[in-house]
Amino acid sequence: MFRILKKNIQVGNATASFEPHHSSASQGFLGAPEIEAAKCTGCGLCVKSCPTDALQVCDDQTKDERKLFLSYGDCIFCSLCEPICPHDAVSFLGKFELASESKEKLTLSFPFCLSECKKDPAFTSQASLPVKTLPTGSQSFSQGNFAPLLSMDEIGSRLKDKVKTLFGRSLHIREVDAGSCNGCELEITNLSNPIYDVERFGIHFVASPRHADMLLVTGPVTRQMELALVKTYAAVAAPKLVLACGSCAIGGGVFNGSYAVVGGVDRSIPVDVYLPGCPPRPEAILYGIFLALGTVASKK
Amino acid sequence: MKRVVEVLKEKFGNRIQGSHQETVRELQIKIAKEVVIPAARFLVETLEMRFLFLFGSDARNISGCFHLHYVFSYHHVDQFIILIVEVRGEDLTFPSLAPYLPQANWQEREIQDLFGLIAKGHPDPRRLVLHEDWPEGLYPFRKDFIQNKKVPRVNGEYVFDRVEGDGVFEIPVGPVHAGIIEPGHFRFSSAGESILKLEIRHFYTHKGTEKLGEGKDSSHLLCLAERISGDNSVAHATAAAQALETLCGFQIPPRAQFLRVVLLELERIYNHLADVGGVVLDVAFGFGAAQLARVKEQLMRLNERLTGSRLLRGMIVFGGVRNDISDLDKKYLIQEIGKIKVDFDQTIQILWNVSSLMDRIQKTGIIKKEIVEALGGTGPIARASGVDRDFRRDHPYAAYQELLFMVPVFREGDVESRIKVKMQEVYESFKLIYEAVTGMPEGISIVETVPLKPLRSALGYVESPRGECFHWIATDRDGRIARWKIQSPSFANWPLIEYAVLENIVPDFPVINKSMNLSYSGNDR
Repeated sequence: MFRILKKNIQVGNATASFEPHHSSASQGFLGAPEIEAAKCTGCGLCVKSCPTDALQVCDDQTKDERKLFLSYGDCIFCSLCEPICPHDAVSFLGKFELASESKEKLTLSFPFCLSECKKDPAFTSQASLPVKTLPTGSQSFSQGNFAPLLSMDEIGSRLKDKVKTLFGRSLHIREVDAGSCNGCELEITNLSNPIYDVERFGIHFVASPRHADMLLVTGPVTRQMELALVKTYAAVAAPKLVLACGSCAIGGGVFNGSYAVVGGVDRSIPVDVYLPGCPPRPEAILYGIFLALGTVASKK
Repeated sequence: MKRVVEVLKEKFGNRIQGSHQETVRELQIKIAKEVVIPAARFLVETLEMRFLFLFGSDARNISGCFHLHYVFSYHHVDQFIILIVEVRGEDLTFPSLAPYLPQANWQEREIQDLFGLIAKGHPDPRRLVLHEDWPEGLYPFRKDFIQNKKVPRVNGEYVFDRVEGDGVFEIPVGPVHAGIIEPGHFRFSSAGESILKLEIRHFYTHKGTEKLGEGKDSSHLLCLAERISGDNSVAHATAAAQALETLCGFQIPPRAQFLRVVLLELERIYNHLADVGGVVLDVAFGFGAAQLARVKEQLMRLNERLTGSRLLRGMIVFGGVRNDISDLDKKYLIQEIGKIKVDFDQTIQILWNVSSLMDRIQKTGIIKKEIVEALGGTGPIARASGVDRDFRRDHPYAAYQELLFMVPVFREGDVESRIKVKMQEVYESFKLIYEAVTGMPEGISIVETVPLKPLRSALGYVESPRGECFHWIATDRDGRIARWKIQSPSFANWPLIEYAVLENIVPDFPVINKSMNLSYSGNDR
């Protein structure tokens, strides 16, 4: 007993403060790739190195235009694109507050003049790059296999904004793993450790979807978890906030294109906030939760 | 090893169709289908080899048939023997090994589901990997199955084993669990509080990872390998990288070997610490859980400082280790490890005197040594049941041969033993990191890689925090990856839990489960 007390006193208060928009990652953290537009020539070499659909180019010969897309939703933060860039235009500076209400906002596009790009010796034509699915723009909820299990007023509910203010300072979250690699689970579990201590914000992880206001979904939604996910969603009390946590949950991540995955949470249930990261660090998850609650303003 | 082939030839004559040293440590023996069972039993029972795992591959576009690979280890001489069986033509059956070596049970069912080959005489031929809504006659691992095919859902039924009798009831749990854990289904049959039977039904997180790896280039394959089981990222990536390196027959620089040890041990420490903390949390001892969670967070921040990733991702590459460690970081690492060790030590000293914790973990969830051996259990679970096995020592890889460490073994096989093994291993890992960091040779940490050789195969293996982890990679005619087999330690260990819980009470299940800490994603892939 005394030893427990002694240890507790020795350790003191371990909890770190958390300020959205002002929190910085600890030293060394890579975070998200950032492309410096002034240095980038649009050669497209990085697209080849990208293991997912996060980096891609789209050439328009008639308009003499090339667009380079960087999608944080698909990015797994592997940093393979950094060393391959001949112009040092890609850098990793520890950016992690990336959560957003729409997928559109997660995709950056960089326009180039195609004939200018071709002057670069590192130029890579679109034809020589692996075929990827281009960002489709405003794609949000597409009704999946089990859509009939969801009632229409649930899908179309605009009640959410109002209810967000009613929640005040308390939020009950049900976590659902829809096929993740357990990296996201590890970080979500870390939210409850003394350093992040989510309960101080009134955030509580509950055991049943019936007690929950929010679903925190990870994983690319495997074929064999889809029904369980939809049933869990159906059991949550309205207005049913959904947070898609991690690259897999946003668009399938590295598992995109497999026969066994659906490829993103919004292909099965509607999503309110998309939270990039592979896995997102605990501060990034907190930021995403606050964004879903409307307690922090979204970035432009 | 030539001797083994001779002995087999003596016994099985011309049904041994050829042998070939595929890599330095792998001897492949082609053998006729009808004698594979007696041959496998002969290797295990008479030559005292260990059966590791078995898997299929579709080589119809190369040699016109399916192949089955039976992998054995011969640890006296640090060699592996792979028996290769051809399944050809109309007859897509193969004799089942499961009645003799129960550990082949899940492996053969997996081959049935994914390749459509039929294990004749299998005691339990139900679906395993693919659930009941998968249509008959579609086999995703065959080469003619298109990767991104949209497969329709059909009506089907999975029948659980039933225990019947007065007062027996069933408790279904999952796939969505009460805590923040991965999905899987557990079906308990119990009378009162005692568990009479547990049947596990997994593969909810099956993502077709092995198939996704086919045709990928090596850097992308390793990205995928890191995401087989997130908390074992380094172990899986190392095993895959080693398979690629062995396949090409090249050595990575000695410094990279030591760096890999540092990364592997850092991963082991945070995993084991989390497991100890998890068990303590599950018996509702808040102080211990909070302290260990805090120490774990310190480790994750250390990981981040050294590699840029809290899960140590992106470091293991084909050809070495991506970032070298600076002298400054070395100093910082040793200093931090020292602090964390003191902190861990203090917490453990307190924990081991708390009777409410000891009451719950002693004699709980006992796994007998015979069960571990029959089902091919591995890792800390096996070592807690008196099975003295550790690939770091028995089949050394990376720089383990040059480092000194102990392999803790306990005999009781209960939750306490498993926790003790993990705690002791944490101390060994502290030592290993210190030794590896201080004894690291100078030089480069990564070398330019070569293209993969065509039509070759190789095995990579790692003693991950959960146990033995194997990656087997084969290339096609163009030197692209044609088959990637992942044998994760969880796949070997999950069936053990059905025995660990017997005669325990239902409320102890979470503690038993946590003490084993198996990965669902690693198992389901």
